Amino acid sequence: MKTPLPKLAAARDPWLELQRFTAARIALGRAGGSQRTATLLDFRAAHAQARDAVHAPFAATALLAALDSTGLTGLLLNSAVTDRTSYLRRPDLGRILASTARQTLTDLTTAPGYVPPDIVLIVSDGLAAQAAENHALPTLIPLVGELRAAGWSLGPICVVPFARVKIQDEIGTLLGARYSLMLLGERPGLSAPDSLGAYFTARPAAGCTDADRNCVSNIRPAGFRPPLAARKLAWLLNTSRQTGQSGVALKDTQPDEHLATT
Amino acid sequence: MSAAYATTLGRTRHTFASLRELLGKATPRRSGDELAGLAAASAEERAAAQSCLADVPLAEFLRTPLIPYETDEVTRLIFDTHDVQAFAPVAGLTVGQFRDWLLRYETDDATLAALAPGLTPEMVAAVSKLMGNQDLILVAAKRRVVTSFRNTLGLTDRLSVRLQPNHPTDDPHGIAASIADGLLYGCGDAVIRINPATDSVPAVETLLRLLDDLIHRYAIPTQSCVLAHITTTLQAMQRGAPVDLVFQSIAGTQAANQSFGVSLALLGEAQAAAQALRRGTVGNNVMYFETGQGSCLSAGAHHGVDQQTCEVRAYAVARAFRPLLVNTVVGFIGPEYLYDGKQIIRAGLEDHFCGKLLGLPMGCDVCYTNHAEADQDDMDTLLTLLGVAGCNFIMGVPGADDIMLGYQSTSFHDSHYLRQVLGLRPAPEFEAWLEAMRIVSGGRQLLPLTADHALLSRF
Repeated sequence: MKTPLPKLAAARDPWLELQRFTAARIALGRAGGSQRTATLLDFRAAHAQARDAVHAPFAATALLAALDSTGLTGLLLNSAVTDRTSYLRRPDLGRILASTARQTLTDLTTAPGYVPPDIVLIVSDGLAAQAAENHALPTLIPLVGELRAAGWSLGPICVVPFARVKIQDEIGTLLGARYSLMLLGERPGLSAPDSLGAYFTARPAAGCTDADRNCVSNIRPAGFRPPLAARKLAWLLNTSRQTGQSGVALKDTQPDEHLATT
Repeated sequence: MSAAYATTLGRTRHTFASLRELLGKATPRRSGDELAGLAAASAEERAAAQSCLADVPLAEFLRTPLIPYETDEVTRLIFDTHDVQAFAPVAGLTVGQFRDWLLRYETDDATLAALAPGLTPEMVAAVSKLMGNQDLILVAAKRRVVTSFRNTLGLTDRLSVRLQPNHPTDDPHGIAASIADGLLYGCGDAVIRINPATDSVPAVETLLRLLDDLIHRYAIPTQSCVLAHITTTLQAMQRGAPVDLVFQSIAGTQAANQSFGVSLALLGEAQAAAQALRRGTVGNNVMYFETGQGSCLSAGAHHGVDQQTCEVRAYAVARAFRPLLVNTVVGFIGPEYLYDGKQIIRAGLEDHFCGKLLGLPMGCDVCYTNHAEADQDDMDTLLTLLGVAGCNFIMGVPGADDIMLGYQSTSFHDSHYLRQVLGLRPAPEFEAWLEAMRIVSGGRQLLPLTADHALLSRF
């Protein structure tokens, strides 16, 4: 007596094969005009995972050890935030260093023979610890290689849990660096709980705003692949060094072919 | 100079040193004002501030700039373009009386349209703080703001959808697949627009051509937009790229706009350049603005003004450029500004009401991020309330999941829910196209489709 229910695949839209072009939730099918139970529950499960990702702890010491093992010098610094909840509610505290961290940098720069670097590289968990844990190193290693080849001098790689983008200005200023570049976990999406963002500015200073920064986002293996992102960042930095400008005044006019063929 | 503001609630006398402080403390609770140190310290102080604000004459906002005229070009814009004649019908009212006046049966669409040039954003923000959610819905629902480019948006009983086919690496096939999905779900009449992964001139130009080819190949009565920085869009136009709409994020203070790298002069330059292209067929509204509570605070440029009042000042910027679309991206900014579903819902209704009262074609990105205390049920609620309030457009994102920006908005399916439950239809030109393409029948119901549909033929 019962009407047979449609099979799952048949319930999707007839253009389901377009999924090979994108991870977007296309061709979901419908119940009337609404979402079917199966896709509704898929969505809820993904949201649950993203919520958990936001609250996951950051293994900063493991990252420092990994930097060390590749011959890069890491330095652990703390922001003024001490826990995840205050990180979410108090972005102002994530934008500044803890006084102990400030002292660490001051000690470093007042030591005899200190030479300010051309650029300081910074890593933070931001809103996705696993992004920093998994993709910071694969981005940093080729980036450092390209920068050194182009004659840039580097400061220590600062690992700063619970930081916001603006902290790059304070770190850059204290170190006397000409450029400050930060990699940090972007807020997790349902399909991408592990995206890394990169932000840099020339002449880091307290008065810098977002208009002074350049951004490369969605750095992860299934997005902007780390080695390609490193190449893009190196291109932007080398171009910026010629004009002395960063932010909205620096346009990315690198031809796409350059990325694809090299 | 005005004296301090004061009111007595029970046995306690509450005083407020300035109009700015009073507005901040009268604002319904939200995390951004608490972060900025502008919120009321207690529920009672908030109620007292609202009582006090109700007695402030509207005319006082014309005597008391919240941010100095001399140092802020948004304040100058507000004061220099204020229309005293249009203001006359409410010139003698207090903020509380103005709420009552807005709710009267006699105050209709024509009354509100005539009043708009006489209102400053601060007056509108003030009255919104006294209004309950139902007031925000009722008054906004009276007001239709109609704009046009290749179709007509904002008509009565119409709901349009912005098709958002983002792809994390701007892959043309990936973007085209999401566009086809959206069109086959009857969405895309507000605009088909892409957030590019990187703000590069060649990449933006490639995406603009992709959208332009698609719109012309299928003769779709809609417009495209790539959300690059306005200076990138200007460069793209100079290189001959097919730009329909100029996008820019804007805020309510000069300093916040500077942090976005824009000024009123730059907005005007881009508007003139886009209008000169004459690409609109039905009308020539060429600007597309995005806003959101908290952007001034985020930029350290709020001057002690609460985030909702700053937001309404951004609408004063928008209205100077006759936009096709203004979109408040309400839950995108995060929990430090709007903490949870309750705060996001309230803010969405405020933004829609305030924008409409100032004469803007308001839409809303009903959305949240994964670090906010909100979920899709909260979005269902706000979506429904905005539909009742007559919102011009909402977002259509495949499965409500933006895989490039990493946040959740509303899905193509959500628009069908709203159209069914409230009897809303797409923009008329686009509806006719959907019928001709055999995607939709009777304006609302989706038709069964097969894999040989014309929109799928190029894959």
